[in-house]
Amino acid sequence: MSEALERSLDRLSRVRGVRGSMFVAADDGLVVGQLLMEGVNGKAVAALAASLARKVGGAAAATGAGQLSFVQVEATAGTLLLAPAAGDLLVVALAEPQVNVGLCRLEMMRAAEAVR
Amino acid sequence: MTTTVVELWTEEPLVRYVGQASARLVVIMTPAGQVLAQHGFAKAVDLMGIAALGAAIMASSGALADLVGEATFGALFHAGVRHGIHLAPCRTPRGPLVVLTVFGRETSIGLVEFFFDEFAAALHAAAPAEQARGPVLAENFEAELGSSLAALFGR
Repeated sequence: MSEALERSLDRLSRVRGVRGSMFVAADDGLVVGQLLMEGVNGKAVAALAASLARKVGGAAAATGAGQLSFVQVEATAGTLLLAPAAGDLLVVALAEPQVNVGLCRLEMMRAAEAVR
Repeated sequence: MTTTVVELWTEEPLVRYVGQASARLVVIMTPAGQVLAQHGFAKAVDLMGIAALGAAIMASSGALADLVGEATFGALFHAGVRHGIHLAPCRTPRGPLVVLTVFGRETSIGLVEFFFDEFAAALHAAAPAEQARGPVLAENFEAELGSSLAALFGR
């Protein structure tokens, strides 16, 4: 992984409440680069996040909502955020439920920009 | 799509794996290519061909690993335009097995790999201890193959 991508994951992971961040190949659901806290199953998050992006993206396109730009999934024990990036990649963040989503999103957009 | 098994203990883990990973075709076989269970095949000839090729690929990969001083290379993955294949070994008390999964665009290699780990653990938990097996003789081979095909395709 390039230094710029590593730096962007580092910045994203420094947001309070973020438990892990990664770049995922959208087609394959495989991890391209990751920075995770201990106990986070990166392989599972990557595979399921890519599957989610594909399904939500399909639903957005089918309903005329256009291209997917950001997905936020809130659950009782955590929040999953994902955003598409260039090169068929996804930026994915796994966070505590009370995370500052706005700040996270800003860092995720920066990370997506770093891919260009 | 049908799931048929020669050894009953493989059925429940296989059905779950197929559903979770959205696999199109799955073969559970021994490293020699003897099929224990399958999902998605309609014709015996396709199944036996794929099983034989899968076992041969795993054997070649094992030999290559040996040459470069690796114990094993683990799973192999080939991506095509419409289909991908995932070929991986799996250790069970019944002995080493090989699982070949063919999947389409409705799933991904990441999902297949993720659910394969669970599948391998489930097979390990369900497998009976290995029975003492005699050498595979040419005279037994045809009868064994015939009974496997009969169990898998009801012929």
